[in-house]
Amino acid sequence: MAAANYDAIIIGAGHNGLIAGAYLARAGKKVLVLERRDIVGGAAVTEEIFPGYRFTEFSYVVSLLRPEIIRDLELPKHGLKILPLPSTVTPLDNGDYLAGWDDHDLTRRELYRHSPRDAEAADEYSRVMARAAKAIKPVLGLVPPDPSSLSWRDLRGLLKLGQYGASLGEKEIYRIAKLVTQSSADLLDEWFEFDPLKGTKSASGIIGTFLGPRSPGTAYVLLHHYMGEIDGAFRAWGFAKNGTGGVTAAIASSARALGVEIRTGAAVANVIVRGGRACGVALENGDEYSAQVVMSAADPKRTFLQFVGRQHLPDELVTAVQNFRVRGSSGKVNIALSELPQFTCLPGEGPLHRGAISISPSIDYIERAYDEAKYGQFSKQPYIDMVIPSMIDRDMAPPGHHVMSCFVQYAPYDIEGGWDDAKRDAFGEAVISTIERYAPNIRRAIVGKQVITPKDIERIAGITGGNIFHGELLLHQLFFLRPAPQWADFRTPPPGYYFGASGAHPGGGVMGAAGKLAAHEILKDWR
Amino acid sequence: MNDLHQLKRTPFHPRTSVLCLPQNWRRWAGHIAVGSYDLGLEREYWAIRNHAALIDVSPLMKYLIEGPDAARLLDRLTPRNIAKLAVGQVYYTGWCDEEGKLLDDGTITRLGEQSFRLTSAEPSLRWLHMNAFGMDVAISEHTERMAALSLQGPKSRAILNRVCATPVDGIKFFRMAPNTLAGKPVTISRTGYTGDLGYELWMDAADALPVWDALIAGGNDFGITPCGILAMDMARVEAGLFMLDVDYTAATHAWIEGQKSSPYEMGLGWTVALDKPGYFVGRRALEREAREGSAWKMVGLEVDWEGLERVFGAVGLPPQIPAMAVRGSLPVRKDGQQVGYASTSTWSPVLKKYIALVHLQRPHYEPGTRVEIEITVEHHRRYAPGTVVALPFYEPEWKRK
Repeated sequence: MAAANYDAIIIGAGHNGLIAGAYLARAGKKVLVLERRDIVGGAAVTEEIFPGYRFTEFSYVVSLLRPEIIRDLELPKHGLKILPLPSTVTPLDNGDYLAGWDDHDLTRRELYRHSPRDAEAADEYSRVMARAAKAIKPVLGLVPPDPSSLSWRDLRGLLKLGQYGASLGEKEIYRIAKLVTQSSADLLDEWFEFDPLKGTKSASGIIGTFLGPRSPGTAYVLLHHYMGEIDGAFRAWGFAKNGTGGVTAAIASSARALGVEIRTGAAVANVIVRGGRACGVALENGDEYSAQVVMSAADPKRTFLQFVGRQHLPDELVTAVQNFRVRGSSGKVNIALSELPQFTCLPGEGPLHRGAISISPSIDYIERAYDEAKYGQFSKQPYIDMVIPSMIDRDMAPPGHHVMSCFVQYAPYDIEGGWDDAKRDAFGEAVISTIERYAPNIRRAIVGKQVITPKDIERIAGITGGNIFHGELLLHQLFFLRPAPQWADFRTPPPGYYFGASGAHPGGGVMGAAGKLAAHEILKDWR
Repeated sequence: MNDLHQLKRTPFHPRTSVLCLPQNWRRWAGHIAVGSYDLGLEREYWAIRNHAALIDVSPLMKYLIEGPDAARLLDRLTPRNIAKLAVGQVYYTGWCDEEGKLLDDGTITRLGEQSFRLTSAEPSLRWLHMNAFGMDVAISEHTERMAALSLQGPKSRAILNRVCATPVDGIKFFRMAPNTLAGKPVTISRTGYTGDLGYELWMDAADALPVWDALIAGGNDFGITPCGILAMDMARVEAGLFMLDVDYTAATHAWIEGQKSSPYEMGLGWTVALDKPGYFVGRRALEREAREGSAWKMVGLEVDWEGLERVFGAVGLPPQIPAMAVRGSLPVRKDGQQVGYASTSTWSPVLKKYIALVHLQRPHYEPGTRVEIEITVEHHRRYAPGTVVALPFYEPEWKRK
């Protein structure tokens, strides 16, 4: 029985848990962060799976890490460096390629080769998307008000939101209404004709959801990708030095400097509720810690269904969380390589190796990949988003060698017959043989490989269902509906128990907003 | 072909010119120098901060000063104590006119007991000869005979260890040692203009290309990246290093007294060895300034991001900061009164801050002072708040290790 007293205990040392802990410590609270694994980072970890080869095991790029978090926690001082990821290249079946660069003249020049019409539409498309993203962005920083509540706080929140909505032009509102309801295929068909371009752009609308590019709602996820662009020089988007583990290492270092105590190898069994109020946690090993507040940075299922007894929760909430969609849809294949993959479309070492390489030749290709997943199979020819971290940060692999991170969709959590070693191997093989069609030397170059299914994400990172966002970014699971109606303000039914992770507003990615907002709500209640 | 109406090219031109695809060239001391090899500066900047950037610094003016009185000449010319400069050691210094105002700045390398290399930004031969009157010393200008490369970044040591005949691990900060690279004799000094781990390689101009090729071939696995002077410009501001005629005006270039700067004003007080014996140029003026304090000082300014968000947010925009160093004067004020100016400002990608080298009147140059810097928001002049900080803005732990 450990007896130390804390002001706050955070369950889970992923980026959200660490960020919440750091903000609480910054406000003078005595904070303990408990992590089940022996390393911090959650799903943002870098591990040396084979000696000398460091893998960004799960999450592999930094997309929307909030600038104010970087600033408030002085992350650059703690080693955070976000390196540019300047291009996306899509190898094509005819031996050609489609490239997108971080320079609009270069991108337009490239598009002209394939479709002058698309080349001229692309500029306007990105301006329209960036403007819509700019319009929606302030909402991400708000605590979602509950539209059914008459409390002063919620009314004020709704008023703020209403005022904000009124500040947008009529056209902007229509545009946004369309964007949040449309499928990414429909959106892209309005703008473009070149299939590989539509395929590649549509891919960002399906990442982490169990939907295809023709499913409604996927256009909204596309929009998320333009949020980073508004930051301008700030660049919150890119590849983190030392992988995403480098991000959480910087946050952990900042948190420790602020006085946060972090314990690894400390799996929480349950939150202790006394007199209806959360007052500590019990570990699986029997240790107990008491605190005035407890915040869970785990997924919604664990937070509401595992850590607290059902008697503490209204039935409606239990049902809502039970129905919260956390279907894992993607896997990772991390490969250690003795040489760079040689893409037939762009032989030799070149700029494509420093950016993303996308296997997304058309919307049909991705939709077909989804068809298989719908009926419980992994895609035989999946969508793959590859990055070669060792080309962006040489510290990721021994000199001359490389690591390649392959994000693969679709790999359903609920695969027919359940995941086993044979299915995992077959999944890995499907990925390698897909890549091999475009980079024939890949097989010969493999020194080691790690295949991660959604089941493995659940097992290793502790995310129920293995969904990379702790819950799909579906319209009915966003804003005041995330994770459940009436409980989107980071509070939970037992006073003193809070929830701040990817399954809360505003959603997933290495963004940190949920952890920060939750910490602010905790501090508000403290008075 | 007669190219006398063109600027000079460096010995690396056959390599750099084919890589400089955006044709982004700048002027540097009568040469053309690569501004950037990419359309943007990010990749080259991050090579400095994360891998290794290879920068052609051949346009630096270089002088060889030899003879029994060589040390005496430099001791007279500069405020540093040359008697303490060991063979194989490098000093950074400015040098002044009789009024204690800076003429130029550069490095002095003691190649031998009686042999020194001086680098400068401006032609200095006349000034050297004037000060050498009656001394037993030979002064020669070597700028074009000698090529120079700067290899900057945390991987620079690993690359040199791979390609050089002798490992460079033993070369301490601001030291130099002879070496062999691609079979050619080079001297390697642990110096640079980026505030990161880095080395400068000095070689005969005829050996430039084989040395460049060996570095590129051997450095590829460590991410070696040819880098232009624009990315270096961002890094040098982060390192708190200033540039002649950008951050200070050489006393010989100044039209009015007010344009001149002293070493103390530029934060080079640490180079002024008032404890050394005898006369040196500007001694009396510098002694006076040391006694009475400086009217101005160059320090750092970190602009509050919240403040930028506020002034830009007022017109519905996120902060718009140019992603490169800007060499333009910007007024700095305190409580509505102008108290100085910024000479170079830049976005710092590694710190994620907007920073500036600022020149402030006493007493506003004390670290922690809150001031405001002018910023143009949608064609309107606005002020963004910031804090005065000591230089450098950024110094990684591996710089001196």
